[in-house]
Amino acid sequence: MIRQPDPKPDVMVRRDSIVAGLRKLLPETGLISEPLRLKPYETDGLSAYRQVPLAVALPETTEQVAAVLRFCHQNGVRVVPRGAGTSLSGGALPMADAVVVGMMRMNRILDIDYPDRCAVVQAGVTNIGITNAVSADGFFYAPDPSSQLACMIGGNVNMNSGGAHCLKYGVTANNLLGLKIVTIDGEIIDIGGAYLDAAGYDWLGLLTGSEGMLAIVTEVTVRILRGPEGARAMLAAFKSNEIAGACVDSIISSGIIPVALEFMDRPAIHACEAFAHAGYPLDAEAMLIIEVEGSVEEQDRLLEQLSAICRKFDPISLKISQSPEESLAIWKGRKGAFGAVGRISPDYLCMDGTIPTSQLPHVLRRIQEMSDSYGLKVANIFHAGDGNLHPLIMFDANNPASFHAAEEFGADILKLCVEVGGCLTGEHGVGVEKRDLMPVQFRPHELTQQRDIKSAFDPDWLLNPSKVFPLLETETVVLPRAA
Amino acid sequence: MTTEDSIIAAVADAVRLREPVLIEGNGTKAGMLRPVQAARSLSTSGLSGINLYAPKELIISAWAGTPLPEIEAALAEAGQHLIAEPPDLSRLLGSTGKPQTFGGIVATNLSGPRRVAWGAMRDHVMGVRAVTGRAEVIRSGGRVLKNVTGLDLCKLLTGSHGTLGVITEITLKVLPAPEATGTLVLPGLDASAGVGVLSAALGSPYGVSGASWLPAEAVARVPGLAGMAGSATLVRIEEFAPSVAYRIGRLNDQFGVAGAVVLDTAASRAVWKEVGDVRPLAAAAEDAVWRVSVRPSAGSGVLDALRAVGVTGFLDWGGGLVWLAGPADAATHRAVEAAATAAGGAWTLLRAPDGLRGSVRVVPDEPAPLARITRQVKAAMDPAGVLNPGRMYAGL
Repeated sequence: MIRQPDPKPDVMVRRDSIVAGLRKLLPETGLISEPLRLKPYETDGLSAYRQVPLAVALPETTEQVAAVLRFCHQNGVRVVPRGAGTSLSGGALPMADAVVVGMMRMNRILDIDYPDRCAVVQAGVTNIGITNAVSADGFFYAPDPSSQLACMIGGNVNMNSGGAHCLKYGVTANNLLGLKIVTIDGEIIDIGGAYLDAAGYDWLGLLTGSEGMLAIVTEVTVRILRGPEGARAMLAAFKSNEIAGACVDSIISSGIIPVALEFMDRPAIHACEAFAHAGYPLDAEAMLIIEVEGSVEEQDRLLEQLSAICRKFDPISLKISQSPEESLAIWKGRKGAFGAVGRISPDYLCMDGTIPTSQLPHVLRRIQEMSDSYGLKVANIFHAGDGNLHPLIMFDANNPASFHAAEEFGADILKLCVEVGGCLTGEHGVGVEKRDLMPVQFRPHELTQQRDIKSAFDPDWLLNPSKVFPLLETETVVLPRAA
Repeated sequence: MTTEDSIIAAVADAVRLREPVLIEGNGTKAGMLRPVQAARSLSTSGLSGINLYAPKELIISAWAGTPLPEIEAALAEAGQHLIAEPPDLSRLLGSTGKPQTFGGIVATNLSGPRRVAWGAMRDHVMGVRAVTGRAEVIRSGGRVLKNVTGLDLCKLLTGSHGTLGVITEITLKVLPAPEATGTLVLPGLDASAGVGVLSAALGSPYGVSGASWLPAEAVARVPGLAGMAGSATLVRIEEFAPSVAYRIGRLNDQFGVAGAVVLDTAASRAVWKEVGDVRPLAAAAEDAVWRVSVRPSAGSGVLDALRAVGVTGFLDWGGGLVWLAGPADAATHRAVEAAATAAGGAWTLLRAPDGLRGSVRVVPDEPAPLARITRQVKAAMDPAGVLNPGRMYAGL
């Protein structure tokens, strides 16, 4: 079980007065403190970890967020920001002495500007909510994490979320223009705006992916893009992971950058097919889903070229979608992958390392060896174009030894990712899950430098303080270094 | 031969003696922003060479002092390119001789016309190594395309003009260069109508990757547009050849006007190189030069507002980037500030005599709470304040 910092005794004894103070700053139903009603906030998408918070604040305006943060700052109370609570890394895991600031009531779209191709939305608008608001006019918001029906743009900003179409459209950081943030001392600051590349330091870039440690985001100016004329998928199945990996290399070398290039290994194919009946080839060791965009003629031409490349790798099967319905069917299995694995094994850990794509066969082989030695099944699904792996480790949560082994297996996979030149997390964030692995990727003074940046925004370490950095260091080194 | 160790030693010396250091590559952008008052200087130009180029992984790593043309040549050999199309502003900035460096273009976050569709330099920096003002080498990011591990110091350092650290190595995402390029040139539209077309084209499904409006006097400065009278509105497609033909055709059907011209691949590349390198800007030797970033629909208004004070320019990024040249005096600078502010955007004084750029706000002031954070972040990265002090903000 992940360790939490000790609750601040002085905060715990003042619980009632803190709750009363916060209640004055918020609308009538905006403060939750009854144990039963706090329960839904005890965890997020990493549900193995739970902690009921001191209270939950549900502000409706930026000014209310500012008032809550100012109050918490003055009273030395820790704050955990929360969007939809879909973090797979425990980014929104509460602390016993912390106030959770939930952004779900700030869910309005404030402005849509087609000529300037941007929209201003509050942090609690869902990812899909942005696309839904502009899709009738042919536009969309590009990053599409799997949780897009639920996850909120404020959380996307804080985790720098990705998705299946990053290869062409980039991650959250590449699709933002501006933010409205509130600092821990209650100051409201506008960063950037409806224009590109503001002068000065790239605060927009630093805040994106900062996991709620620097400020609370209340409004976001996103780029919206006109969708392509059309899109179509194809499916190619191969006899080994190595062959499929070589095919990916060959596609990239051809100059074609598909809009999506997804890789599934045998266990993933079987799990998804059983769930979605998408017509996936069960005799394949590896399978690629490749999607292209453009007019029908452009799609035909690209898919033909891609098929020609795939044919050089002796595919078991090649299936080019002939219609939007067939494309949907091809995607259906992939998009339902987590649910599919959930049917085989009620409990699984979804890992998220990134590797150089040339290391794919080696890494998949090593993961299989680890799977055998830990005695835990694993299914691999991965964004092949950008090397972002999602091994799903299946375990039994009712068996503490099984959970412990799954955690160790996951840590070993991430260490392997770093060892081959990759990183601990490609799109899910460090959160609490990978916090203690940070020294695998960073040297002590590099982590100290990052902590110093946090201290510049939040000198008292009140904002989401138990995340990202190894806990021991956070507890012992919180003051900025002297010059 | 410069090594990373020698850079560490030089920074350590400066910190020990509390002496400011001018950080630069080949110094081609020394004229940007505020002048740095420093007795010492430290160049990365001797720290040169490509360390890793993996075309199949869309990644290149090189030392910061590597001449940018060397990077571009290596990429071209493998049929790839720099996504953000970084410009060469050496002519505009009056530098001659040595080419700009990889580190220089990242430290200034300068991007070209393709930025409007494909992102800025900062969007493609996947990893950096830098020597901080503590004389420590830190790494952020890495050599993979997707990485959210820890705070993104890559973006903080990109565009920081050497004020937070000396960038020593950069890993950049690259992409296959498009097979063909085509440009639809529409003559005779005024700025407002031109931006209207650019917005509609950028909002079309055709993947427009360049969108610029040039007034008549700017058109006259671009050899590739010789013979065109009046203004020019330029819309670019970069794709496989059949797609370029198809998409330019569709754009022409939709937006074509009498006298519309389509430029082929070679002519397009030449014209967009000129646009990126700011050749259309009529900047006399004594003039100041500004870049103003606004919402695209506000770009033409900025041009209109400043014509009366003798400032002229052209539009890129669909209207969102306003290049301006005019008298290098404080009153004119204040007029540019006012026009940018009124349009809800931001300005950068890119070129001016030392006296002017040392005495005005070369970029907008930050609001007080943000300025406080900026000082604390600067102190966290460069506690002795020795790295390019005053480059971006006075006293910082």
